[in-house]
Amino acid sequence: MTTAQPDHDQARRLLWQMVRIRRFEEKCVEMYSAQKIRGFMHLYIGEEAVATGIIEQLRPEDAIVATYREHGQALVRGMSAGSIMAEMYGKQEGCARGRGGSMHLFDAKTRFCGGNAIVGGGLPLAIGLALADKMQNRKAVTACFFGEGAVAEGEFHESLNLAALWKLPVLFICENNLYAMGTALRYTESKTEIAKKGDAYNVANAVVDGMDVLAVSEAAAKAIATAREGQPFLLECRTYRFRAHSMFDAELYRSKDEVTEWKKRDPITLFFDAMKAANVLSDADYAAVETEVAKEVDDSVAYAEAGTWEPVSDLTRFVYSEVTAS
Amino acid sequence: MSTTDPPKKMTYRDAVREGIRSALQNDPRVFLMGEDVGHYGGCFAVSRGLLAEFGEERIRDTPLAESAFVGAGIGAALGGMRPIVEIMTCNFSLLALDQIMNTAASLLHMSGGQFNVPLVIRMATGGGKQLAAQHSHSLEGWYAHIPGLKVLTPATLEDGYGMLASALADPDPVLIFENQTLYIMEGELPANAGPVDISSAKVRCEGKDVTILTYGASLPKSLEAAAKLAEQGVHAEVVDLRVLRPLDDATIMRSVAKTHRVLIVDEGWRSGGISAEISARIQEKAFYELDRPVQRLCSAEVPMPYAKHLEQAALPQVESIIAAVQNLVRSHG
Repeated sequence: MTTAQPDHDQARRLLWQMVRIRRFEEKCVEMYSAQKIRGFMHLYIGEEAVATGIIEQLRPEDAIVATYREHGQALVRGMSAGSIMAEMYGKQEGCARGRGGSMHLFDAKTRFCGGNAIVGGGLPLAIGLALADKMQNRKAVTACFFGEGAVAEGEFHESLNLAALWKLPVLFICENNLYAMGTALRYTESKTEIAKKGDAYNVANAVVDGMDVLAVSEAAAKAIATAREGQPFLLECRTYRFRAHSMFDAELYRSKDEVTEWKKRDPITLFFDAMKAANVLSDADYAAVETEVAKEVDDSVAYAEAGTWEPVSDLTRFVYSEVTAS
Repeated sequence: MSTTDPPKKMTYRDAVREGIRSALQNDPRVFLMGEDVGHYGGCFAVSRGLLAEFGEERIRDTPLAESAFVGAGIGAALGGMRPIVEIMTCNFSLLALDQIMNTAASLLHMSGGQFNVPLVIRMATGGGKQLAAQHSHSLEGWYAHIPGLKVLTPATLEDGYGMLASALADPDPVLIFENQTLYIMEGELPANAGPVDISSAKVRCEGKDVTILTYGASLPKSLEAAAKLAEQGVHAEVVDLRVLRPLDDATIMRSVAKTHRVLIVDEGWRSGGISAEISARIQEKAFYELDRPVQRLCSAEVPMPYAKHLEQAALPQVESIIAAVQNLVRSHG
């Protein structure tokens, strides 16, 4: 760790956020196995430092556009674990009333604009959110998360071009976990240095170790400051997902040795060990965080279990806005 | 314009432009964005002059990146603006189909009612100008398949002018299809022209013998056919559908109950088209009103050819409408 040391409270918060994601998703796996959660579910385990490092640097007025692997972003942004778990249960107490599921988490209050399950589909949306902020003289930034697979989509190139052309306050965060589902980056990109693709569009860019939450935080702070001044920024976070792509993935495309190697750089362990060595955090801090998080996760399950099914008579609601008579 | 002013003579193109101008004047959240809308003045000259009047921020030229600028329209709508996105022709809209269907049309439902998308997309549609198979199709019926969208087909100056304001006032995504051949249509725009309803069909010509259900460029053709048929003593009622989603079943069924014979005229393809949907609804809701099976006159099922004689043969024409009506009437009793 070469970056500035956080103080105790800051460090504890970063640890807490990452542990929340980890434990929440472990519980999701359990609930998936119990068939409480169905459909596609994509885990963020291993990538926690990215969402934590970035989103902790955002302001409440900023917007977030995320992908179908967005439980982590939603939790760090402040959406309640209960509303997310209930969504995955398909209950109407869920953050999208059970209409979205794991891949489509939404929260207007925190400007969390989804949960987009079309690879690359969120980037144009982020451009528009930033354009609206700029045209209305709001100093907000839109943080747009996507995987390295999205870089192959035309939307990546179209959106970087527009962002630079129109000087939009967008932070593009490429979560490069090396695999687009099961196809390695080297099989899909002629140029695998993703951040440098920003140069082609005059988008400032940087690469950061996505397993190091302090490095991500520092890079994010700079990138967000740049974006807030109307210069888009592309931040490539090199990371790794420890789990399969989704719950239907036999992981035939990567070796166990490779996974084991990456797990040695577990972002939570890496961060805690460094903080402990620096006397910023103690084992007691870690234990307390685990206790708090365990309760939050258990509560989220209880909330989802207690949730209710929306009546089928409501099926066709929310296709068009329900305009109340004035 | 006040109500005491005389109507203004203009083209459909002018009426659409005046609609855009009025929207820009009335609401600072409105802006126009698309390919060549600014410095070029619009591919079909609809937005000519607007850049000088409103500036680059609000008359925004985009790169040739349909997916990105349509998606940007969606995002801007979420962010509190009221964008009008222009797509040069509906064939090009296929490059943005993901954004239109998977995002604009789905977002409200997917988010459990949290994120509505007050976006208007205008696009040119239709054939008849020898632009061949990648600039001439009519995809409005296709878009009408998608829940979450509203699909408008203005075929008069009043609708060309007034549908935009109504679409901008709508909280959800609205697609407006302007048939390319209508831009040069001349007419009068009433001095008190304003927002129009975007939920109902309109009877453009009363008749008792047969109902012609149509929209877009086939409306003036159908009206001309109806005038010629009237000379032969056949009185056709011409219904301008105006809105393809949601369809105004009530007006359609009312006319069916009056004439008992129906011809649907649609520039779209027959198979799986909006004409098929309307025909199905009539047999579901008004089967026993029918004296004859519902007839359809659609475009030939070919990618649009370039050669003039072939293109004209592919499209519904006044003569083919007249022939189809005569056949419907003749075969009665």
